[in-house]
Amino acid sequence: MSSSITDTAPVPATRDDAGRPVKKRKEGANVWLSLLAWVVGLLFVLPVVWMVLTSLHSEADAATNPPAVFAPLTLDGYREFFSGGASPWPPLLNSLTASVVSTIIVLLLSLPAAYALSIKPVRKWTDTLFFFLSTKMLPVVAGLLPLYLFAQYTGLLDNIWLLILFYTSMNLPIAVWMMRSFLSEVPVEMLEAAQMDGANLVKTLRSVIAPVVTPGIAATALICFIFSWNELLFARVLTATVAETAPVFLTSFVTSQGLFLAQLCAAAFVVSLPVLTAGFAAQDKLVQGLSLGSVK
Amino acid sequence: MTSVAEKTTAETAPEPPATARRASAWARRAPLLPALIFMIIVTQLPFVATLVISFMDWNAYYPDERGFAGFDNFVRVFTDVNMRDAVWTTILLTAGVVLISLLLGLGIALLLDRKFRGRGAVRTMMIAPFLVVPVAAALIWKHALYNPEYGLFNGALTWVWGLFGSDHPPQPDWISNMPLWAVIFSLVWQWTPFMMLILLAGLQGRPLDVIEAARIDGANSWQIFRSMTLPHLRQYLELGALLGSIYIVQNFDAVFTITSGGLGTANLPYTIYQIFYQAHDYGRASAAAVIVVIGTIIIATFALRTVSSLFKEEAGR
Repeated sequence: MSSSITDTAPVPATRDDAGRPVKKRKEGANVWLSLLAWVVGLLFVLPVVWMVLTSLHSEADAATNPPAVFAPLTLDGYREFFSGGASPWPPLLNSLTASVVSTIIVLLLSLPAAYALSIKPVRKWTDTLFFFLSTKMLPVVAGLLPLYLFAQYTGLLDNIWLLILFYTSMNLPIAVWMMRSFLSEVPVEMLEAAQMDGANLVKTLRSVIAPVVTPGIAATALICFIFSWNELLFARVLTATVAETAPVFLTSFVTSQGLFLAQLCAAAFVVSLPVLTAGFAAQDKLVQGLSLGSVK
Repeated sequence: MTSVAEKTTAETAPEPPATARRASAWARRAPLLPALIFMIIVTQLPFVATLVISFMDWNAYYPDERGFAGFDNFVRVFTDVNMRDAVWTTILLTAGVVLISLLLGLGIALLLDRKFRGRGAVRTMMIAPFLVVPVAAALIWKHALYNPEYGLFNGALTWVWGLFGSDHPPQPDWISNMPLWAVIFSLVWQWTPFMMLILLAGLQGRPLDVIEAARIDGANSWQIFRSMTLPHLRQYLELGALLGSIYIVQNFDAVFTITSGGLGTANLPYTIYQIFYQAHDYGRASAAAVIVVIGTIIIATFALRTVSSLFKEEAGR
């Protein structure tokens, strides 16, 4: 938003020393507030922990009441998930393809566009920028039917490229906003200095713009990957057996009966693992990305 | 919506055609065009198609009866009780999730904006719900937490009642008893981290020297919160509410998974999905979509005004 916001996003543990005045009063109240923070944090993470724990229990132990917290651990749930019925590998690979390819296309389209909206802005660049955001506000369900009919006529139903096309359009506005926000950080003086020195476009891009923007590209890629990986509605309508993605595969558990809880938890954990890993590895990028780059 | 795009693309130099100037304008525009043209084709063309289909009599089950229907579809949508319920459900669901997660997020952000042992660990734990794939999260809530027989909630009730020696703990059927709240709670769990992260970033951008000065002048914590922290956080609260609304209005995964749209939880995306995917009534689905888009445009116009005020500080060069 403005330069008043800390330029490096909060890194846990180390950032407290950054000039924060030490409060000496109310030590007692502080202990209780810290305790409260821990309790709230544990409550929020509990369903995730429960998912992992249940996935490691046998089906019989997973379906007990009261819960069998200390039941022996087993990998049966995962074994059943990977080799029990339909293999989850094709859907997982489809999700990976759709997410990675669409993210790459989004980056290739959004970088030049953001350049034309910030470094060398076209006229009415704000209107253009808001056009991109406005497409994000259109309910996606309104585009579902035409896309389905288009796919039916062109034979693209159940084709992963159709999903890639849709995910690109879904994430492109976000990426343009984020990349523009990061490109705006490039100091004008540096650009001018580079121009004075006779640097050509490629050299300016490489030596002035790239160092500032690279972290921004990482944040954008992370967000686009997560949103594509998570998407369900379009994947469910536009794919069947061939191009089915991981979230669609998970919906087979919606109406499950009998003993399936451990397997369900294993499936949920496996499908969430890429997002959990990427998100935890880049927590600060997550904040930048989710706020469309307005929180630095 | 479209008008903005037309203005930008159809724009030509208003001054007498100086070829050089025009060439340089196109050189500036060139990097933008692939993305812009792609977005116009992929988002505006389908809407035109939806608009056309909304005036047609078109049900995939009766392919021979396709034809012009006039305003029939719109009349059917407006007189459909399910659609009216869906609008109401969408409003309740969105407002409920955004407000509750914003308030919770604010409280937790304030807790985490202090120095204490394990702050990084608590922050990491708080983010976890947001990183579970939405369908997976909804499945976990439906089967592993809400289930009346072996879900964690009723299991915990049994355990707590057991501590006091009671054999008859309450075992409510959470989803049947309060279907909409069941969906709302699972979404609040997923979206509170999002709000918390944005508000925490806002809190850490406060001018601390001014706050310290106020404290030395004798202001108490509540006064500082009311008159300094909250005004500073306003734009972050607005940002969180806006982005949260954009995503939650469109929610499909939780409604589809937890209740399958039953028990009065069918929101607009789910209802339109049903008209199209199960009833195969393309005309009616399109009419509903057109109405939703028009409603969204009206709301979005106000929302966009908020965003533009949020971003206007960083004016162009």
